[in-house]
Amino acid sequence: MKHFPTLLSHELRMLLVSPATYVAATLFLGFMGLVFIKIVELYGGAPQETSPAVVYFQLFWLPVCVMVPLLTMKCLAEERRAGTLETLLTTPVTTTEVVLAKFGAAYALYATLWASTLGFFLVLRRYSGDERFLDSGPLLGGFLFIAISGLLFVALGVLASSLTRSQSVAGILSCVALATLILGGNALADSPWLEQGLLRPLRAAVDHAHVFGHRDDFARGVIDLRHLLFYASGTALALIFSILSVEAKQLHA
Amino acid sequence: MSAPPPAIEVSRLVKTYGGTTAVNDISFSVARGEIVGFLGPNGAGKSTTMRILTGYLPATSGSVHLCGLPVATRPDEVKRRIGYLPENNPLPEDMRVSEYLYFRGRLKEVSRRQLGPRIDEVLEICDLKRVRHRIIGQLSKGYRQRVGIAEAILAEPPVIIMDEPTIGLDPHQILIVRDLIASLRGRMTVIISSHILPEIEVTCDRVLIINQGRVVAQGTPAELRREIFGQSSYVLEVAGEPAALAAALATVDPGLRAAPTEEATAAGPEEFRRLRLTTARADELGDGIVAALAAAGCRVRAIGREHPSLEDVFLAATRRSWDTVQAAAPRPTPVP
Repeated sequence: MKHFPTLLSHELRMLLVSPATYVAATLFLGFMGLVFIKIVELYGGAPQETSPAVVYFQLFWLPVCVMVPLLTMKCLAEERRAGTLETLLTTPVTTTEVVLAKFGAAYALYATLWASTLGFFLVLRRYSGDERFLDSGPLLGGFLFIAISGLLFVALGVLASSLTRSQSVAGILSCVALATLILGGNALADSPWLEQGLLRPLRAAVDHAHVFGHRDDFARGVIDLRHLLFYASGTALALIFSILSVEAKQLHA
Repeated sequence: MSAPPPAIEVSRLVKTYGGTTAVNDISFSVARGEIVGFLGPNGAGKSTTMRILTGYLPATSGSVHLCGLPVATRPDEVKRRIGYLPENNPLPEDMRVSEYLYFRGRLKEVSRRQLGPRIDEVLEICDLKRVRHRIIGQLSKGYRQRVGIAEAILAEPPVIIMDEPTIGLDPHQILIVRDLIASLRGRMTVIISSHILPEIEVTCDRVLIINQGRVVAQGTPAELRREIFGQSSYVLEVAGEPAALAAALATVDPGLRAAPTEEATAAGPEEFRRLRLTTARADELGDGIVAALAAAGCRVRAIGREHPSLEDVFLAATRRSWDTVQAAAPRPTPVP
């Protein structure tokens, strides 16, 4: 991993000069700002039972499904299309270093963007003078969920980008994969037909991968080792498959 | 002490993908400090061979050693010893020239302290100083090509592999690149593929011609001429009786064969004809031929010894390999 710092700083630089990054950042911050304004309006109108921080993270999937593909679609697909992956892999770097650097850079940007939305809460507290708006428990839980689940989401984006040489195909692939994981799991969670005999093991798997359930647990302050394991193993698998995909395509170049 | 291993040693290299054999049993070796040209028609397997040399592609069978190191099992060490300019020279569009060279230098493990002066040096060598702060995507083809070459020589590797380094350059830029490659002679081993044959002839010590995945000829351009044509040839413009002509030619060299050239037309004995004379003898026969023909009463208007260009060698060698392949292929059985 000798070249990882060089590659990571290069990737971060490349992300920072790419227009797609700024499109993703603007869309994301605009959308989250809008969500936040709606929450403030809602809580300004009538008292609510749940903390605003919990509501804030409820719509997390929408920006994830748009922002993650925008941040990751370029990373390997474009390099392969342009042929720069070949020049990169003929230097003494390994495929693992390249994939991890791309993942690291995209994840760093993803986490930074989410972290910057903490500013909304700080601004609200500053002007309202009310400590309750910065409900640290659910807020911390929510951001922790975003940070941990983000590992898997970004890794899936990198995997999608490693499968094709077209940026747009990679973008659509990762969008579909993320929507399937997040929304599909939610849709299946309430399906009664999964209760039937043979399908019961599938039911357990669906429950295990229920991202919305994880989010609620984190917001309540329940940090379950199984959830952590789910994201950690998913991330590792997605990255291993990305590395294999790059190497396999190299064999058949 | 034993002699150092050759810079590149390829033995019985085979690469197949998807049922197609791109490289079929190639063997060659390149001495240290030598500049070797790699010639072949499109799809001959040049780029595939070069990619295998760099360790980017694995071979199906056979062995490749670079500076004595096996590419298949020690790719990391091999990659530290090569500079590679791929076909079409892909470069990141949105980096500045100096930033790109710095990034590549760091990847190639040049220390920070040495990298700055070394970048200045390669920018000077490749005449890129004026564009060092320009974005690569905005550079012209010639500059981009030179950025690729600068990158290949940046870490001063013992072996440099360039896939069509002069493609798309104007004659002036080709001259610069040619001088640049010539300046590496003796210090670095260079292997270049190109379609521009005079280019290879001027720059390279030795030429390898490959076709359909096989080495069809190799040697210095002069050796190749001898090997492929196996004879000297003269073009003669002469008028006179054919019988007298043949007799006169036989007195000079009994092995001398005369044949009308392609553009020759049927003509009477009084008209000038163009003949191509071929002989196995390598020494100069022009004076003897003129004297013998004059003595036999033939009028000679012009005589010149033909020097086949590398282009002719290339065409003849590739044609020969196609003939061999066709001859080896089983005849199709006639359909009743």
